[in-house]
Amino acid sequence: MPVNEEARVGFYICHCGHNIANMVDVTAVAEYAAKLPNVVLSRDYKYMCSDPGQEMIAKDVEVFKLNRIVVASCSPLLHENTFRTATSKAGINQFYFQMVNIRENASWVHEDKEMATLKAKDLVRAAISRVVFHKALEKKKVPVNPDVLIVGGGISGISAALTIANAGKKVYLVEKEPTIGGYMAKFDKTFPTLDCAACILTPKMSAVLKHPGITLLSYSEVSAVDGYVGNYHVKVTRKPRYIIEEKCVGCFACIDACIFKEAKFSDEFNEGLSKRKPVYIPFPQATPQVVLIDDKTCIHFKTGKCPQTCAKACDRNAFDFDQKPVVQELEVGTILLCTGFQPFDAARAPYYGYGRYSNVYTSLEVERLVNASGPTGGHVVLRDKSKPKSIGIIHCVGSRDEKTNKWCSRVCCMYSLKLAHLLKEHTDAEIYNFYIDMRTPGKGYEEFYDKLLNEGVHFIRGRVAEVSDWAINDHEKGKLVIRVEDTLIGMVRRIPVDMVVLAVGIEPGKDAQDIRRMFNISCSNEGFFLERHPKLAPVETFTDGIYIAGACQGPRDIPDSVAQAGAAAAQALALIDSGFVELEPNTAFITEELCCGCQVCINMCPYHAITFDDGKGKSHINEALCKGCGTCVAACGSGAITQNLFEDQQILSEIYGLLVE
Amino acid sequence: MNASSSEILTQGLTVKLEADLDKNFGETIAREAHGEKLFGCIQCGNCSAACPLSVWMDYTPRKVIAMVRAGFKQEVLSNRTVWLCASCYQCTVECPKGIKITDVMYALKREAIENKIYPKNFPVPILARTFYSEVKRTGRINEIFLLTNYYLRYNIFKMLGYASLGVRLFMKRRLSLFEKGMTNRKEFRSMLNQ
Amino acid sequence: MKYLYYPGCSLKSSGKHYEISLLAVLQKLGIEVEELENWNCCGATNYMSINENYALEITARNLGIAEKQGGDEVIVPCAACFMGFLKTQKYMESESGIRDRVNQILNHSGLSYNGKVQIRHPLDLLVNQLGADALTRTVEMPLKDLKVASYYGCQLIRPYATFDDQWNPHTMDDIARAMGATPVDWPLKSRCCSGSMTSTMTDIGLRMNYVILKEAKSRGADVIITACPLCQFNLECFQGKISRKLKDDVRIPVMYFTQLMGLAMGIPAKKLGLKQMLSPSLVLN
Repeated sequence: MPVNEEARVGFYICHCGHNIANMVDVTAVAEYAAKLPNVVLSRDYKYMCSDPGQEMIAKDVEVFKLNRIVVASCSPLLHENTFRTATSKAGINQFYFQMVNIRENASWVHEDKEMATLKAKDLVRAAISRVVFHKALEKKKVPVNPDVLIVGGGISGISAALTIANAGKKVYLVEKEPTIGGYMAKFDKTFPTLDCAACILTPKMSAVLKHPGITLLSYSEVSAVDGYVGNYHVKVTRKPRYIIEEKCVGCFACIDACIFKEAKFSDEFNEGLSKRKPVYIPFPQATPQVVLIDDKTCIHFKTGKCPQTCAKACDRNAFDFDQKPVVQELEVGTILLCTGFQPFDAARAPYYGYGRYSNVYTSLEVERLVNASGPTGGHVVLRDKSKPKSIGIIHCVGSRDEKTNKWCSRVCCMYSLKLAHLLKEHTDAEIYNFYIDMRTPGKGYEEFYDKLLNEGVHFIRGRVAEVSDWAINDHEKGKLVIRVEDTLIGMVRRIPVDMVVLAVGIEPGKDAQDIRRMFNISCSNEGFFLERHPKLAPVETFTDGIYIAGACQGPRDIPDSVAQAGAAAAQALALIDSGFVELEPNTAFITEELCCGCQVCINMCPYHAITFDDGKGKSHINEALCKGCGTCVAACGSGAITQNLFEDQQILSEIYGLLVE
Repeated sequence: MNASSSEILTQGLTVKLEADLDKNFGETIAREAHGEKLFGCIQCGNCSAACPLSVWMDYTPRKVIAMVRAGFKQEVLSNRTVWLCASCYQCTVECPKGIKITDVMYALKREAIENKIYPKNFPVPILARTFYSEVKRTGRINEIFLLTNYYLRYNIFKMLGYASLGVRLFMKRRLSLFEKGMTNRKEFRSMLNQ
Repeated sequence: MKYLYYPGCSLKSSGKHYEISLLAVLQKLGIEVEELENWNCCGATNYMSINENYALEITARNLGIAEKQGGDEVIVPCAACFMGFLKTQKYMESESGIRDRVNQILNHSGLSYNGKVQIRHPLDLLVNQLGADALTRTVEMPLKDLKVASYYGCQLIRPYATFDDQWNPHTMDDIARAMGATPVDWPLKSRCCSGSMTSTMTDIGLRMNYVILKEAKSRGADVIITACPLCQFNLECFQGKISRKLKDDVRIPVMYFTQLMGLAMGIPAKKLGLKQMLSPSLVLN
């Protein structure tokens, strides 16, 4: 085993209560480590991360003149910083410390105590043989750019933008749609208070537009991200509206003047329940209040032979048919991703007849139907203009199902109750709710359920198997028949209704994977963005300076999204106000005497951190850009590149320690 | 509590004592049905509603699963419910938890036959057993022999209702006494008897 | 390409007209088939209800024969046999314990099944391989103005089959359309016919068949087509009894899809087993 005469190692093994001690014989490991070369002191202790545990290290350093510390405990993700600080406080450079994870790598993943103990000994031996060759290093401090990028202008992005801007910071809010507002703008009322969604959302939307600290980049998408925490360079592609945003005042004269006298194209905002023209504004309170042209349906773009009546009607000369996508570059220090979700596609549950029977609706369509500014002016009528006398609301469509999405979408029970209430109010129909389990955890939610129970709405506990037009008597004829087991009674029921509402669940946005790659963060199995820790770091990601909020992280309702947006804003502000970030010194550097100037490393570097110095004929690594991935170190044929904390001698000693007893 | 007061408290009432349950029943059936995720059932009742036969069952399929995992062995196996399953697999393809309910029903049928507690003089298991021994004997099914043996075992008078249908099929040559069979029945039988 | 052919018991007796018409149609399309030698019953649902090991073994024996006889694909027209074949294949593929045990049993007869032979239903072959256009080209008498209700039943399309959409099967509708007929959209196309329950729980069995006949008729169908001998038998042979017992005339021609194809392709009725039917069958003007 490699020896460094000067190294005096103190070794500590943590019981972590029963987490480690139940599967790893900690006393045996401590006794074993005591006999290894360079080890001066070896102890086991119940909780090394506790104050007494940390103080023990400081005392031992003083008494035993230790100059290297090894702690075998949990994951470095959790406590590496704790022990580095303790080492530093004891008067030793914090990089003379090495951590061994014998919990996730040994005790939690093995069932044979003897073998787990053996593995722990191997890991400890490797760490001790490496730490003796550690060098003293300093963390580099880099200033944080105080400007913030927020991606996504739904309720989460809007809330976070206002919070951060109100703290006096500059915010860029990027929204891919022509207007901010997200899904909340489509809702009629919000549960459980039944506030009008637009009444509480639109003031926030116009506050965003008016705020001097917020630059709103609507109809735009982030196309590239570069840099690192505190110093990100972002490219935003602004899609052409064919309208000069600064000139348009939203007077609608152009829309009236469009060559299409009748609106002919499916209106996305109304979920296709109404029509719009090629020149349009998504909805009356759209923010910004700027029209745009849909170049897929506009006659000018399709044939080039349009008299352009719209442009002629504009007295502000706001039209520019030659607009092209424009890339805008931003420098920011922190990024908040609030990119939201997509509703489950009801056609993926063919047994409910969406798309097959015209009276089967999704919940989002019904949100528009009950909305006063919706396609029917708030009158709930079916596609044949008749008023439904009976309505079935089916919960868990595309949720809690192994064939579609396994998870509970969290919001559907409550919004189904809300829609039941609103539909009852609008139509006085018989309303049936079909639920598997009624989930109403939230302030005032159970009380809302209680209210519905007393409003004459029917509740049937059972997952609907099928919606069909198979009638077995006159009562069912011409209706949609819902087949379900009333599980509380234990009988199958057939319930004929005029209208079926599918409470579709929440799933990751269709571009979630692209966003994940662009911002270098992770997704959990189901495809939502992965938080750094499910309990203790719910809005942070594994990439420093990038935070997540809202339904892009998992299904959640408006109050939770707003709360999370606030949390993410606070995290960003904390980083900004600390003024700088400390970078791990695990960067690579070039020994110029050895560099032959072949430039192989330059092309290998994924972070563009290496440049070539023509004068010297040597490569040079920019420490601020280097992320310590080690690619160049491995690629360098001359052995000219070294990486701090991963020097050859350190790695080879670690491997030697692992393999040789 | 002694045995008699236990009886007084439970007979014919909607109460079940822990002592009367077979605690291993759920595990046994789950294993028999190839590791079926019985215990992951969320009791949503989709199976019952999807089933074209549940309306004739004493217990809906959902309830059968609840009873199996709770250990109501006697009730489930002695009841006709599982024998009404026609193996149409509608429940299986619809179950949101991916439980292969049809295979669970098969496991229950086999368990009932093995424990000899299936409903007596109930036609479905009688046909199944007749079919089983017919194939074992000749390797193939001759519908005349199958149905004759079945009605002999079940109720010969019931056969009369089918006599005219049988004669008409016979006249159309859709039933025959002399179908070409296997030439190596012996080998087939010895394979099964290994 | 050589196609092996497993008829199963029904196609040799009560479903004889399925075999006759299937072979006639395949011959007309130039597809040669070779019957498995000394095949045995697939065990249907009954073996699974009594002894799973036997159920898998006897079906595996047929697959073993197919492999020994040589050929890439075996055509299995009966829906119950088809499902049983797929189930056995699936179990032997996914559970090594079953694969080894079953093959050990088969070894005594000099057989084994290693997943080489693929299992195909004629509908798969005709629609997905030959294609509707190729079928249309063979039509001599288009079935104009004929409304056809395709009845798929259960085991033909679930749980293992992948050749059709199990929620909204369409292969028989595709064939009907290719023959010039008009498919009827109806909600009971894959609802169970009760299987052998017409012989055991007669009352239930008849009621289950009643709703199917009734719905097809009320949707304006002139004929029901099927691809399963049990479905066809139940719907055809019991429709008189059902009509009398439930006092509702639900009589309607119930044919195999191959018989319908044969008519359109100009194959003589005699070669399609039409004479062996009990209920009114389709008469072409």
